[in-house]
Amino acid sequence: MPITKNDIIHVADLARIEIDEVSLDKLTEQIGRILEYVDTLNQAETNSIQKTSHAITLTNAFREDITREYLTNDQALSNAPEKENGAFVVPKVVER
Amino acid sequence: MKLHELTIHEAHDLLKTRQISSTELTRDVLDHIDKTDHKIGAYLSVFQEQAIAQARDADNMIGRSEIQPLTGIPLSIKDLICTKDLPTTCASKILENFIPPYDATVMVKLKNAGAVTLGKANMDEFAMGSSTENSGMHLTRNPWDVTRIPGGSSGGSAASVAADMCIGSLGSDTGGSIRQPASHCGIVGMKPTYGRVSRFGLVAFASSLDQIGPLTKDVTDCALLMNVISGYDPSDSTSVPKEVPDFQKSLSMGIGGIKIGLPKEYYTTDGMDPDVAAAIDNAIHTLKNLGAEFVDVSLPHTQYAVAVYYVIAPCEASSNLARYDGVRYGFRDREPEDLIQMYRSTKSKGFGPEVQRRIIIGTYALSAGYYDAYYGKASQVRTLMIEDFQNAFQKCDLLLSPVTPSPAFKIGEKANDPLNMYLSDIFTLSANLTGVPGISIPCGFSKDRLPIGLQLMGRHFNEELLIKVAYNFEQATTFHKEKPAL
Repeated sequence: MPITKNDIIHVADLARIEIDEVSLDKLTEQIGRILEYVDTLNQAETNSIQKTSHAITLTNAFREDITREYLTNDQALSNAPEKENGAFVVPKVVER
Repeated sequence: MKLHELTIHEAHDLLKTRQISSTELTRDVLDHIDKTDHKIGAYLSVFQEQAIAQARDADNMIGRSEIQPLTGIPLSIKDLICTKDLPTTCASKILENFIPPYDATVMVKLKNAGAVTLGKANMDEFAMGSSTENSGMHLTRNPWDVTRIPGGSSGGSAASVAADMCIGSLGSDTGGSIRQPASHCGIVGMKPTYGRVSRFGLVAFASSLDQIGPLTKDVTDCALLMNVISGYDPSDSTSVPKEVPDFQKSLSMGIGGIKIGLPKEYYTTDGMDPDVAAAIDNAIHTLKNLGAEFVDVSLPHTQYAVAVYYVIAPCEASSNLARYDGVRYGFRDREPEDLIQMYRSTKSKGFGPEVQRRIIIGTYALSAGYYDAYYGKASQVRTLMIEDFQNAFQKCDLLLSPVTPSPAFKIGEKANDPLNMYLSDIFTLSANLTGVPGISIPCGFSKDRLPIGLQLMGRHFNEELLIKVAYNFEQATTFHKEKPAL
């Protein structure tokens, strides 16, 4: 089933991306073509085939749990668009 | 002698015997960037003062006889590798003002080796692209023909090496982003085995595919850079605790009896340029004369590589790029008073069209109801591709193929057709999906005098054999010595 404009609007909303009316048509068409191409995967026989998330499998990548010097509070905040009292500031999220 | 034209090993020999200083070398390269980069656009930033200061430090090291192979060597760095206190933008408006408070592990290693950082190289935004046309900042032009793309996503790195605006470079490869621009610019580029080089401080695009690697003027330089950047890093949980061989030892003649596989699916691809096919035939002939044996092999799931990649990479990207929300770093659109609206307008104004497109594809493919059909299915076919490679490596030691079906295309030629652009990645994607190492080396020129690259892929953690065969080929040919007329 081809992807619709409504699907794109829904997914863009999930991804917190705004799409204007002009780009919506183009995007729906482009993504539709890409997904149509991706559907060729259905021709591959994958019954009982395991999934691969990493080509080189490592298990239990442990390291010692020790304290060490890392970023200071100032460094961690050095790129903050807005900060105050050692914390990131965001628009208000709680109604009073 | 033009200092900027030197390779790493040539410059090292002159530094070691004190015939030149790193300060002279670095100044010469910086001057050359000044004179040349307005035609190419390889750099996003050039760090004049820091580079000279690092060169002076290197000269002091050399004065104390503490010279290592990279000491005093000026390098360009792809702008998605974090450089402490120096801008790292990923060629994206969303990180335009980002100054990392820490160095990537590879940068720590380069600093310890005494290398000099000239500046940061242009790229497709967040490494998403095959032409560097998706840079949020500016275009990069191919030094061999400035009306053509340099390849991507490490297009700035490749162009800076080809135009001698650095002595060597680091890039990253998620689906061919080192090998393809190296091929289009007539230089050497290696994607190491997944897990060989630490990804700590590499801005993530698709975490199961990304790998840092060298772009250099010859194979010897590739080995020298690999020696420095490789190795286990506890800060990267996907880094593999495996001993690193001395890759310089692979720079020796003699490849008699080495079995090279020709994947038949790679030679029946539609749209293979006749000049590329001819250059590859010649390369096979050269390697046969050097004593290599050729066998036909099959990678039956090759036809799915593009589809698998363009599901898995966008899925991982949509997750990785969620962090650019205007809260902790990067651009924030200050207008909205509502948090969710702030996220929306920050991402929409900060990300370029290709990045937004891939985030949407990835989000769709991971969304409820579609996960199994897309991400699940692609992950299963990925397993089949890995099995294909395992079976092929039962019959041969290496695989040989073109890097791309055609030489560098014109700027703008594929810009409005993302699927067509994706399809040109057919030969490089499999190495990332299966984790194997790959190298691109110059193997000829088209009728229009555009460079053509040869790809070798090997077993996991067998970069040594790639370097050895590439070195033998290079010694028997002169393609790597050709320079673009600028």
